[in-house]
Amino acid sequence: MDMPNASVVKTLVCVGLVAAGAALLVTGSYEASRERIAANERERLLESLASVLDPKLRERDLEPTHLTVTDRELLGTDDPVDVFVITDANGHPEAVILVPTAPDGYNAPIRLLVGLSPDGVLTGVRVLSHRETPGLGDAIELRKSRWILQFDGKSIDDPPAERWAVEKDGGAFQGLTGATITPRAIVRAVRNALVYFERHRDELYDAAARAAAATTD
Amino acid sequence: MDELKHTVRAGLWTSNPALVQVLGLCPLLAITTTAVNGFALGVATTAVLVVTNTVISLVRRTLVPVVRIPLFVLVIASLVTCIDLLTNAFLHELHQVLGLFIPLIVTNCAILAQAETVASRQRVSISAASGLAAGLGFCIVLVALGAMRELAGQGTLLAGTGLLLDAEEDPFRIELPFGGVLAAVLPPGAFFGLAVLLAIRNLLVRDEASAERFPIAQEPAGAAERSS
Repeated sequence: MDMPNASVVKTLVCVGLVAAGAALLVTGSYEASRERIAANERERLLESLASVLDPKLRERDLEPTHLTVTDRELLGTDDPVDVFVITDANGHPEAVILVPTAPDGYNAPIRLLVGLSPDGVLTGVRVLSHRETPGLGDAIELRKSRWILQFDGKSIDDPPAERWAVEKDGGAFQGLTGATITPRAIVRAVRNALVYFERHRDELYDAAARAAAATTD
Repeated sequence: MDELKHTVRAGLWTSNPALVQVLGLCPLLAITTTAVNGFALGVATTAVLVVTNTVISLVRRTLVPVVRIPLFVLVIASLVTCIDLLTNAFLHELHQVLGLFIPLIVTNCAILAQAETVASRQRVSISAASGLAAGLGFCIVLVALGAMRELAGQGTLLAGTGLLLDAEEDPFRIELPFGGVLAAVLPPGAFFGLAVLLAIRNLLVRDEASAERFPIAQEPAGAAERSS
């Protein structure tokens, strides 16, 4: 009668040990890599800021004022979202860049870079990080297709609100062959970022002016 | 030495994960829209296979046989997660290119099959060699299928090499004078392409000794895998 019990205990111990080992391994590498991953992404973010700006601004040395804001509904994440405000020599805003998240990507949230002129016209949208299916949804990357460029020059009223959707849903934006969820998620996230900007534009400019004043003092 | 040779031959040809065991179809069919995509997934899969086979072979004597399969899954999933995190942190450029493919590897049952048929029975060196050989065998099929679908679907070959080499242009891209048939790039094209490759392999082995025609049938453990 002892034999089955002994083997049950042995099995449980074995499973427990392997599970603990696996948990330790994953936790360890998460802790070891977390800061480096965040630093890598930050570096890439700063490098790619210029890509969503008006071409005239791209050639200048930019010193964007960095803010963080939180709006789960419109910016797609509970985490603080980066906002960069670029001002001219007199402190007038020349461009705003938001870094919202499309929470409903196919495999994982998609992080976007959304560049706006001060009057709310899109100067560029790029995908910062995503986990969409290679060969289908990854056409949202500029290096794989020009799909993401269709947002250039659009604003919250152009196209009108009911046409801010992919063509499949009766909207004005092209979809992607073989990927339905991905374009839908991005169109919605860009539109939400525009709504956020409309609602909070003055607050952003005030905060940027205060932050800029604080650094020059 | 013979054992090693046999292992390498098994991974590349006699029990090739894609062409003979027909395992790992989920990533295989989904990714092979271009030769470069296939190559990237193949390299990532090979790296994971070598690591998982080595680790499972190291701990094979401590695992209780009745629960070995769930434990393999646990070990494989943890190792893939670690590889994903660590390459993202310390090989960031590489992760930009291969990162998309790493989570897909968890869905590849060829890795579980290697753990079950090789790594849990063989010593570490043979297990690692087998992982490498099976990974390369898988990689070759991915590249071949990717190249076929790319040629038929887009009329190009080696599009996207610039992404691997971090160049603006694709240095080795070949353009054909026709546009291609979209169906080849869509999922049905993957099944047709794989069917063609399987047919070619069957044609090649038809003349070989009958003992080699059905290598899997010789190993009782292998019989169950075909259904997975």
